[in-house]
Order: sequence, then C-alpha cells, then structure tokens
Amino acid sequence: MTAARPDFSLSSQNPSTRLPLRHLNTADAFLLICVVGLAVLAGNSVRHMLAPLAAPAQAPIHLDILYLPGYALRTTLRMFAALGLSLVFTFLYATLAAKSRRAAQILVPLLDILQSIPILGFLSFTVTFFLGLFPGQVLGAELAAIFTIFTSQAWNMAFGMYQSLRSVPTELEEAARGFGLTAWQKFWRLEVPCAVPSLVWNSMMSMAGGWFMVVYSETLTVGNTQIILPGIGSYVGVAISQQNIGAVLAAILAMMAIILAYDQVLFRPLTVWASRFRLETTVQDEALAEPWVLRLLRRTRVLRASINLFLSFMRKIGSLPLGRRQGRFQPSQTTVSKRLSDGLWWGALGLIFLCALEQAWVYGSSAYTLGQIGHVVVLGFYTLLRVVSMLCVASLIWVPVGVWLGLKPVRAHRAQLIVQYCAAFPANLFFPVFVGGIIYFHLAPDIWLTPLMMLGAQWYILFNVIGGTSSFPPNLLEVGENFEVKGLLWWRKIILPGITPYYLTGALAASGGAWNAAIASEVAQWGNVTLKAHGLGAYIAQATTEGDISEVALGVVVMALFVLILNWLVWRPLSDYAHRRLKLT
Amino acid sequence: MTSPSLADNQTAGQATALVEARHVSQSYHKDSAVDLLVLDDVNLTLNAGEIVGLLGRSGSGKSTFLRILAGLLSPSSGEVLWKGNSLKGPADGVAMVFQSFALFPWMTVEENVALGLEAKGITGEERDRRVENAIDLIGLGGYENAWPKELSGGMQQRVGLARALVVQPDLLLMDEPFSALDVLTAENLRTDLVELWSEKKLPVQAMLVVTHNIEEAVLICDRIMIFSSNPGRIAHALTVPFAHPRDREDPAFRQFVDHIYALMTQRAPIISEADLAVGVKQAAQAAPSFMALPMVSITMMIGMMEALAAPPLNGRADLPMLAEKLQLELDDLFPLGESLELLGLAELEDGDILLTNEGVHFVLSDLDERKAIMSHALLHHVPLVKMICTVLDERPSHSANADRFRDALEEAMSPDYARQTLQTVIGWARFAELFDFDEEGDRFYLEEAISE
Repeated sequence: MTAARPDFSLSSQNPSTRLPLRHLNTADAFLLICVVGLAVLAGNSVRHMLAPLAAPAQAPIHLDILYLPGYALRTTLRMFAALGLSLVFTFLYATLAAKSRRAAQILVPLLDILQSIPILGFLSFTVTFFLGLFPGQVLGAELAAIFTIFTSQAWNMAFGMYQSLRSVPTELEEAARGFGLTAWQKFWRLEVPCAVPSLVWNSMMSMAGGWFMVVYSETLTVGNTQIILPGIGSYVGVAISQQNIGAVLAAILAMMAIILAYDQVLFRPLTVWASRFRLETTVQDEALAEPWVLRLLRRTRVLRASINLFLSFMRKIGSLPLGRRQGRFQPSQTTVSKRLSDGLWWGALGLIFLCALEQAWVYGSSAYTLGQIGHVVVLGFYTLLRVVSMLCVASLIWVPVGVWLGLKPVRAHRAQLIVQYCAAFPANLFFPVFVGGIIYFHLAPDIWLTPLMMLGAQWYILFNVIGGTSSFPPNLLEVGENFEVKGLLWWRKIILPGITPYYLTGALAASGGAWNAAIASEVAQWGNVTLKAHGLGAYIAQATTEGDISEVALGVVVMALFVLILNWLVWRPLSDYAHRRLKLT
Repeated sequence: MTSPSLADNQTAGQATALVEARHVSQSYHKDSAVDLLVLDDVNLTLNAGEIVGLLGRSGSGKSTFLRILAGLLSPSSGEVLWKGNSLKGPADGVAMVFQSFALFPWMTVEENVALGLEAKGITGEERDRRVENAIDLIGLGGYENAWPKELSGGMQQRVGLARALVVQPDLLLMDEPFSALDVLTAENLRTDLVELWSEKKLPVQAMLVVTHNIEEAVLICDRIMIFSSNPGRIAHALTVPFAHPRDREDPAFRQFVDHIYALMTQRAPIISEADLAVGVKQAAQAAPSFMALPMVSITMMIGMMEALAAPPLNGRADLPMLAEKLQLELDDLFPLGESLELLGLAELEDGDILLTNEGVHFVLSDLDERKAIMSHALLHHVPLVKMICTVLDERPSHSANADRFRDALEEAMSPDYARQTLQTVIGWARFAELFDFDEEGDRFYLEEAISE
C-alpha cells in the first residue's frame, strides 16, 4: 500500500539509528567537508561581528567578483538569523493571541496595522534603535540589519499561525482533551502540527520580502555616518555609487544562485514534508515529486540520524507532562465579576489610548504644520495614481498570459514554479539597470520610474491568475466549447468571472507590494546622479537618507493609512463580493 | 491497568452503576436573547456489562449529551456521577470514538493509537506491547506504519477504535461511529465489534452508542434511549429482548424496528387549518410560528408524494419499507415526512405515512395548480411565510430586509437553525411564487413589484 508512493517520512525506513562508521558513504564525506567549511566561514563572520566598527569613511567592500561568494554567504546568514527570529516571534505572538481573549483584542488589530506599514518605513527606526543600543559595535549594526529583515517577515507569519491555531478542528481538539493531554502536550502534538503548512508557506512568502529588504539593510545611514556591512546588498550599493554595471549584474547572478539554493535545499523539501500536516483527508492526486534534497536526507545516514534525533527530541519535548490536564471545568465566573473585570480592562485600554492620543497630538502639532501634512497627503495621491495605473497595466498584460498558461495543466505547473521563483527575487536588484537606461535615454523620471514599483509585484497577479485558471472546472470550459462561446463573450461570461476571486487575491498582494516598492523606486541613484519622481515614496526615502525621523514617521503613517483605507474601502468589499458570488466550490 | 481480566469485568460488574446523569440540562447561550434549551432534564444510568444506544434525529442533543458524559462539556445544570463521584472533566476510564474518526493526519496508525498511553506517561515496552495488542485485536495488523489518509474510511475508524481501546477504558463512548462509512463497511465493522463484545474480548465494561440509524441501534444495543428533538429529552426507553448475534430478517426483529418507527413518528398533533379559522388556539400559535424547518427541498417532497401515490403503495406506506425502497436515511426520511405533514399534504401514523386528500390532489394536478396548492398550504401552515407575505404586501416598496425575520427566528432557535429555516422557506416560497429573495441585498421582495 505504501510502496506506490514516495515515502516522505524521515523515520519509517530504518528504525535503528545507530551508525556503524564503516557504512559512511561518499555523500557523508562530502557533507562533512561542507559542514566544516560552513562552520569556518560562519565563525569568521561572527568574529567580525564583535569587532569595533571600522572608520566609516573607509569602504570595506571590494567589487572584485572573488569577494562575492563571501558576501553572499554573509547575506544568507543574516537571512537565516532573521527567519529564526521571526519564527520565535511568531510562536510567542500567535500563541498569546490565540490563547488569551484579551490579548487577542489588542494583538490581532495591531498585526493588521503592522502588516500595512510599508516595510522600508521600519528601516530608520530599527537602525536608530540598535545602533543606539550598541554604540560603535558591528554587533549593533548587524542586529539592526537582522531586525530590519525581521520586520519584513514576521507579521504575515504570525498572522498565519494565529489563524491556524484558531481553526484547529473541533473533533481533534476533543480527542486530545478526551485522552488527557496536558496544555503543553496539546500545543506540540495538535496545535503546532496544524500550523505547520501555514508556517512553511508564510515563511516562503516572507523570504521574498526579506530579500527585498536585505539590499537596504546592509547599508545603514544614520545622520551623516554611513555603516556598510559586507553582503550582497552593500556590494550592489557600492556598485551603484561607482556606476559599475558589471558588478550589478554579477550580484544579480549571485542572488539568483542563493535564492535557487534556498528554494531547493530548504523550501522544496519543507513544502513536501509539510503536506503531511494538511488536514484535508482527501488524497491529493497532484503528484508531489520527491525533492532531491529529501532523497539525499534519507540516503545519507548522518543526516537522517541527526534529523531523526532532532524529531524524536522534539517529540520528547512535546510529550513532557507540563501544564494542567485539559478540559477540567473551570468554576465559571459570576456575571458580576466578569462585568467588573471587563470594565476594568476596557477602562485601562481606553486610558492608554487617550494618553497615546494626547502624546501623538502634542508631538504632531509641534512637529508638523497643517500645510506639511496636506502636502504629504497630496504626495500620497500621486503615489496612489502610480499604483493604480501600474496595477491596470500589469493586469492587462498578465491576465491574458496567465489564462493562456493556466489552461494547460503541464504548462501551468511549470509556469507557476518559475513565477514563484521570480516573485521571491528582489526586484530592486534590477533597479540600477533600469535607472541606467533612463539616464542614458534622458527619459522623464516621473513616468519612467513608475514601472519599477510593479517589477516585483506583478508576479503575484500572474501567479494567482494561473492558479485560478488551472483550477477552473473543466466541465464549464467544455460547456463553453459545446455552445461555441468564443472571443469577447468567452472572456466576459466564462473565464473572467471564474478567475476573479484569484485575481483579486493577486491584485491585493500586488498593490501592497507596489506601495512598499514605491519608497525604493521613486528615488533612484546611479553614481552621483539622483532621479526623483514626485510621490510619497520619494518623500519617505528622502527623509530616511536625511535621517529626519519625524518626517519619516509622518510619511509612513500617511502611507499606512492609505493602505488601510484602500483595504477597507476597496479590497475587502470586492473580495467579499467575489467570495459570495463567484467562488467555485 | 484498572481491570485485572476482561471476563471478570463484564460479569462481576453487573448492575454496578458506571456513570449516572442526574437532571442534566444544557442550554445554548446567546448573547442577549433568552437561553435556548438543547437538553432538558435528561436522566440516565449506565451499568457495567451493557451496551446502551442513544437514538434520535440530528439536532436532538444526543451528541451533546455524549460529550457531557465524556467530561468534554460541562452541563448547564444537573450533574454527572462517574463511579459515584461528580465528574469534573475528562475521566480516566472513558474513551471516545468519533464520527469523523478524528485521527491526527501527521501521526502514523501506531502513533495515533499510542496517543492516549503517552498522555498517561506509559512508555517503552509496556506502550509497545499494549499498542500491538490493540492493533491486532481490532484487525489492523500490518497497517502500523501507514498514514491515516492512506486508509479507507473503515480502516480509519478501526484506528479510532484501537486508539480508544488501548487505554482499557471502563466506558467506551461512540458518537455515530459508523455513519460516515458506506453500508457494507459499516456492517462489517459493526459485526466485528459486536462479536468481540459477545466473546468478551473488548477491554471495556460498557458501551454507549449514539446513532440515528434505528436498525443499527437494535442490532447492537441492550437498551435504547429514544431522544425527541427541540429540546432534546429522553422520550422512550426500551430494552432490546434479543441475544447476540441478532438476525435482522427475524420477524420479531422487524417488528421491534417497526415499533421504534411508530414511537418516533408519534408527535403532538399539528394545529390544523380548522383551528386557525376558529381562532381557538391563536395564543398557542405564537410559539410554533417560529418552528425550525428542516432542509427539505421541494423536489424531494414532490418525489416522495409521487412515489407514495403510485400503484404499489397507493397513498400509504410503511416507513421502514419506504426508507429502503427510496434509499433514504432516517435523517432524510423523517424531515421529509414531517414537512409534508406540516403542510397538510400527508400524515404520519403508527410508523406509516399516508397522503391526505390535499396531497392526492397535488399529485394529480399540473404545475400551475401545484403551485397554487403549495402557496395555499404555505400561507396557512407556515406562519413565517404568512408573516413575510403580510409585511411585503403592506409595504409600498414590496420589499423587506431579511434581518428582521432572522432576528425574530433567533428568539426561538439557534442562529444555525434560523439560517436553515429561512433557506427552506425561501426554497418553498420560490416554487409557490409567493415572493423572491435577493441574496446580494439580503431582502425579500415581490416579483410583480419589479416588473411593474
């Protein structure tokens, strides 16, 4: 029964995990060398981290390609650190929000807001904070860089986990309680496994945001000091300031290699492994090919043993009888005391809110003039115009292409893998190439910088349109063929309504991405030439380079408001409508 | 661990009360409105050595009652005694089998079965031995390392059973254990279970089975509690006089099943049209006006009436026979019959269903006439329809928001039932062309109002 399917289990093949040394195979030896090499490099990086900051004037980045692999590794390590941090944050935040009704009342809306703040807006704040915390040490700068990446990853992971924790199936929950699992055991054996698919998927999505941020997080500007951490991002930065297009292209290639490696070594196997935790009991007929890394894991004894060790360790931890037995009836609070504590809670919250409002008001009225705020809002509308027009252009291009790709399953599958990869690639690495072109041809920056904001975001539209088309019921397509529905009528009556829910998901993500990219794309540098378009993004970018925190705050708040209001007025009603009327179940 | 030997359990335990429910009530608590009663004063004593069935329709609160006995829910009032002590949470000696199996998809069969043991801190050889015993007992040998999603429904439920039995519970609770399985698989698993029980191979002292299948209850149980709906209470308690293994073709068996059908169709008489006209029961009308309606489509009602009117039956049929002939589950058959009864198109009597004159008339009519008959029946027998029509007639706009009716319904039933009732009413009224419903605007309207 099991033989027909590739075995994804890491434990079932051979229960004995003892390792007779003579059975070590070539793969093991190869691996051992890799591990040693990695350890040496990592050690070097860490030693460097604790060193005092070099004199800021002296740029430690060499554009020689030989240095690039080292820089790439540094960047990769930073990404790992940030991902680890995001996971820790996710577990704490989501668990607290899911377990405590009161905490959820604050934490969930807060997450909503954090998600709508443009990620580049966090840059100034994390940098200022951490450099202040560890003055004059590389550690401070490294932490600042890592936390900057963290801000681009953590929120959607936490939100995904919160949602999975809240939607644990009732009967599984009852079974766990009925068999007397403690709170701790239930968390590790029921709730965490339920959240695994969402954790893996959201980590993947987060990585894309992280790569985008990494480019900026390695060159830190505070006031007039500039700190450059060695990495791909700072390499590109230096390449831009020296107008070295060859180095930019080399960095793009290096980045492609890293992302491919991440995908192949980490996420492809994780996705396959996570499919075991999916709750639908229906058999998936999409053939999940066993990724080569998973195959290697099972064939390589050292790896398999260490992973088995890790898994059984996790199982032991998860089985510790910590906490109360679940489901003991609580003495129910009397209504009066419940009312009282509720009243106190809301009272305290109200008080905090009023204090915060007062502070914000005092600060706002002293720091900003009404004209300044008005100016920023007008800039926001410029950027809004850019976002909307780019969404339209991207839709006009990618919807037909996506439908064409999605209609044939084989084509759709391949295209989705490629698009997913494109979406993970930080589009801002390509900006210098475009900017060089704009300068060379003397194009108007207000118009020609605009497409840059869609460079990364367009893939969300394409990805979802392909997904929507390939899951469109074949029966309905056959009806269309049977009645010879063709041309415009076919688009209008058959395929467009069918993919609308998917398209909206993609457009929403693309719009969010475009707002984020606005900060990066409305101002562009090439050597000593600076191109600037009018808009809120340019305003925030300008304020960030000038180190004017209060202007950054104003810009970020206005942009977050734009995003929130758009979500509230446009995206939510639209997707509700699509969900009710157009969802094919 | 609690039981020295299996054989002793079932004999020595005779007539000792394992679990006792005393005046258990459960109400569904809605924020502002009145509490809705789901269970009303249920008393039950379960002794060692017996299998008791809770038989009732969906929504009769029998699954809720089971969860209260399992210690998963705390009753609103009344108490549950487990071996003489008040139950305050999941008891050690109780294990449960779920309708949807409730297997953890990320654990293999073996890991699933071992879950209860590990929670008790039983590890190592003891754990392996007991898991293996349970797996062998229930016929899962060879499937230890399979993932649940690789197994058929029947095999999955066997895992559920093994997982419950491995902790050697005194009481095994089963929540519609066979209803998610196809007929053959259910029969196979049921027979195996009863056989193990009669051979005293099961490490349990008593079993409680929730089911909505009358034959199943009679096949398995020693005692049957019949639940009535809205609110759930024990309407009848029967002792099944047959020894295991039971033969469902035995005339006495058939007669017993028939008897239960008759008991379950016995209802308070529905208020007739005549009463309405006289106005005697106007006051009493207020409550049933917001009776929950089952999800019964108009096509099912017409199909049923046509089948009843056709030659072999000629307007009257025995319910168990009809269920078999039309391949209907109890949960489909009863709502269907009761809806027809509510509309005055058929009557239920001693486990039989018969068409009324109105019903015969309906079957003989053409579509337009059928619509007229249905419209008449709805206006006279379903107060909610009457209320909606009155409101729509009074309004110049001939449209009304659905919320007000939903709110009115929720005074008397849970939001789920309110939604279902509205949906049913909309389906029926559309057939009768009384009014239409705009889903997007969530409002009722009269069709003429638009065309005018």
